[in-house]
Amino acid sequence: MIKDFVKGLWRENPVFVQVLGMCPTLAVTTKCVFGLSMGLATTFVIVSSVVVISTIRKLVPEQVRIPMFTVIIATFVTAADYFLKANFFEISKALGPYIPLIVVNCVILGRAEAFASKHGVARSFLDAFGMGIGFTCALVVLGAVREVLGAGTVFGYPVMWEGFTNWIVMVMPAGAFITLGLLVGVFNIVDKRVKSK
Amino acid sequence: MKKLSINISPHIFSPVDTRYMMKGVFLALIPAVGASIFFFRMQAISLLIVSAFGATLTELVLQKLRGRKVRINDYSAFLTGVLLALVLPPSLPLWMAFLGSVFAVALGKEVFGGLGCNIFNPALLARAFLMATFPVHLTTWSNPVGVDTVTAATPLALAKFEHIIAPYLNLIEGNVSGSLGETSAIALLIGLVFLLRKKIIDHRIPAAFIGTVAVFSTITHLVAPGTFSSPIANVLSGGLLLGAIFMATDPVTSPVTVKGRWIFGIGCGLITMLIRIWGGLPEGVMYSILLMNALTPLINRASRPKRFGVANAR
Repeated sequence: MIKDFVKGLWRENPVFVQVLGMCPTLAVTTKCVFGLSMGLATTFVIVSSVVVISTIRKLVPEQVRIPMFTVIIATFVTAADYFLKANFFEISKALGPYIPLIVVNCVILGRAEAFASKHGVARSFLDAFGMGIGFTCALVVLGAVREVLGAGTVFGYPVMWEGFTNWIVMVMPAGAFITLGLLVGVFNIVDKRVKSK
Repeated sequence: MKKLSINISPHIFSPVDTRYMMKGVFLALIPAVGASIFFFRMQAISLLIVSAFGATLTELVLQKLRGRKVRINDYSAFLTGVLLALVLPPSLPLWMAFLGSVFAVALGKEVFGGLGCNIFNPALLARAFLMATFPVHLTTWSNPVGVDTVTAATPLALAKFEHIIAPYLNLIEGNVSGSLGETSAIALLIGLVFLLRKKIIDHRIPAAFIGTVAVFSTITHLVAPGTFSSPIANVLSGGLLLGAIFMATDPVTSPVTVKGRWIFGIGCGLITMLIRIWGGLPEGVMYSILLMNALTPLINRASRPKRFGVANAR
């Protein structure tokens, strides 16, 4: 049981290993706080929709399961969207269309199809929760690197020395690709070291 | 008794190897390096040293880390560093030049698998990275002879935004503002002659590149002489000569076929002129070469010579 949860954090990390959900990963991680909000919103959607999907998995005919999954996911995405708009308007405005776009995040549909439609509610919940946390962590790390170099801050607090020159490329799309590539590289190096021990 | 040794062929080796090529290119760069030191003094010397040192150090560290044979004595990383310094503005902070040289070797070359496997010219890729990272510093130009507090527009920027043409003699000598190595046309042309004599580069790419720019700018100059500068000014100013002679001819990132080289050079010239005339930037040599670098595999495939006696497939 616990394995279902842990594997999403490292061994099958959705960003660094499965390389899924690249659109929000690359687009919103200009700042830590955006990465965190996107990650948490995605976690909420993935956990709730996976629980519903695994509950009704035996009632859904094989042929229409993908539309069913999509409708369920879209419901929770709408809920998350309205929640952010009501309580965190600034963040909602900054993330823009990427919150509604969670509905097409393939991490979610991937877990629904590959895990929740074949396993019980408890295991599906743990699996989805692990994936969500893994996704959130990856986005925060990516956001941290880009925010430190691109703006000299972490979560809005200045961490660099006085007179630090912002690396403007890091808050642009090119910086997202460079950072993601380097982080996946570092991830693989660490992973190899850990495995060989 | 002397043993008879038997070797398999080949028995005759050409002296041309990576080291020979890189040394040749460096020798050809000496006039340009000299001119940059003459015009920009200490700024040029320190930028050149920092950049060449950074590139070589990065190559050494990465090759050690990856457990590969260390090949810094083939001078390719050193040359990348020198070329990078030559396309940087003289007043750039040294740590930015160092960062650029690390980027050039690490992300421009080594991540692709090292020398010969890179898609883009490492020095230009690093310049593009610095341009996107520190746009203000990369577009702050200073006048020659080390007066580092006075900023000045480059001849191309003057021509584009204020319609002032720099005197041709200054462009030939290099007594204008601009990147370290691009200002002196005569020094670069001496390098070109040397490279062609030693057969280190092929004449087709520089000829096609410079020729396209000359033809294109003749047409635009004839259509609107007040708005667009003359072909002579276009050829002599900016990074055109440096790019056409030393960057576009990089054997790794340019096509190998004869037809492909013409296409590559003409493409570079066209993109350069499009950017110079209708783009937002005064200069387009860097982006034109990088864009054509990306097209090089396609050009190679499209311009493959027909084998003798083989009919067309379609």
